[in-house]
Amino acid sequence: MKIEILGMGCPKCKQLTANAEAAVKELNISAEISKVTDIDKITQYGVMMTPALAVDSTVVSVGKVLSKDEIKRIISK
Amino acid sequence: MVKPIIDWLVYDIFKMRQGTLFSEALNFFLYDTIKIFFLLTVIIFAVAIIRTFFSPEKTRAILSHKQGYWGNVLAALLGIVTPFCSCSAVPLFLGFVEAGVPLGVTFSFLVASPMINEVALVMLWGLFGWKISFIYIGSGLVIAIFSGLVIGKLKVEELVEHFDHKKQTCCAQPIGITFNDRVAYAKGYTADLLKNIWLFVILGIGLGAWIHGYVPADFLAKYAGKGNWFAVPLVTLIGIPLYSNAAGVIPLVSALTEKGVAMGTALSFMMAVTALSLPEFIILRKAMKLKLLIIFASVVGIGIIFTGYLFNLILK
Repeated sequence: MKIEILGMGCPKCKQLTANAEAAVKELNISAEISKVTDIDKITQYGVMMTPALAVDSTVVSVGKVLSKDEIKRIISK
Repeated sequence: MVKPIIDWLVYDIFKMRQGTLFSEALNFFLYDTIKIFFLLTVIIFAVAIIRTFFSPEKTRAILSHKQGYWGNVLAALLGIVTPFCSCSAVPLFLGFVEAGVPLGVTFSFLVASPMINEVALVMLWGLFGWKISFIYIGSGLVIAIFSGLVIGKLKVEELVEHFDHKKQTCCAQPIGITFNDRVAYAKGYTADLLKNIWLFVILGIGLGAWIHGYVPADFLAKYAGKGNWFAVPLVTLIGIPLYSNAAGVIPLVSALTEKGVAMGTALSFMMAVTALSLPEFIILRKAMKLKLLIIFASVVGIGIIFTGYLFNLILK
């Protein structure tokens, strides 16, 4: 599973990254978490509000710091 | 309704003599703090609920079909209700332009969105009254519409960076949202916002209360009264680096208007604080050439300065 956090480095993006890391750890799954800060990539995803979260190249949330539990629910689907 | 309780607290419980500088300042501080926090909580929550009905995607879809003046008018109006955060300014800007929203229309949105925001409106309404709030909203809309029209006429499309017509590979799909989701979002939004601004609000009101109580009336009339033509452009410049402190700046300005700062000058200052923001410019530099940023800041700045002079003439 590939989890991407889209954002140009705002404090909220850091928080979302931390929550995603915690969610992956608790679910005990292997997932690669990466930050996407490149504006060209962010616009290619069609994201206009950051931070956004993409799972396996599909955007699942925009403009929101999802909580650890919300991320767990999304990625365990 | 709050006033008698505060009076009772300050004069009866704290046993302070009415009419002393300190008791007046404390009374003013407590009253304004309670009033502003009550208003902030209610209004931010209401605005957050309204915002769940608007998304940048929807706004973009509406604006991409609009040409001419109506596009700018609509963009400025939608700027008020569409969620906006300066940290998302770049993807939003590029997202609009790449989807075919005219550049001038995009700028109308980009000016109105941060300038006419719920925090500024609550502070204005609570501390200056509805009349000044409406003047602020009205002038803000006019500045946003005209700035967009001017930038649109200048044909500066080649100054946008990272612009490419490749359509996006996918789009963030709007997920079905229930009433409970809206309330949950609004609760979270209100709590987050209050957490970010409460200290500035208290500091602003505190300093304002001190000025209210201790600084002699008309103290500033000589420097920032109507007679000083230089005050309007000067406060507009000073407002640029103060963005994140809009919540603290407005109570301060409110107190200063009692001490001789002319109303138009005060409006210019508050508009510069909200609409011209240095951190936002630094972020936007990633999507615009420096020349376009300077054009953007100058056009909006001139609009703000003009508004200041205008209301210094009109208001008493």
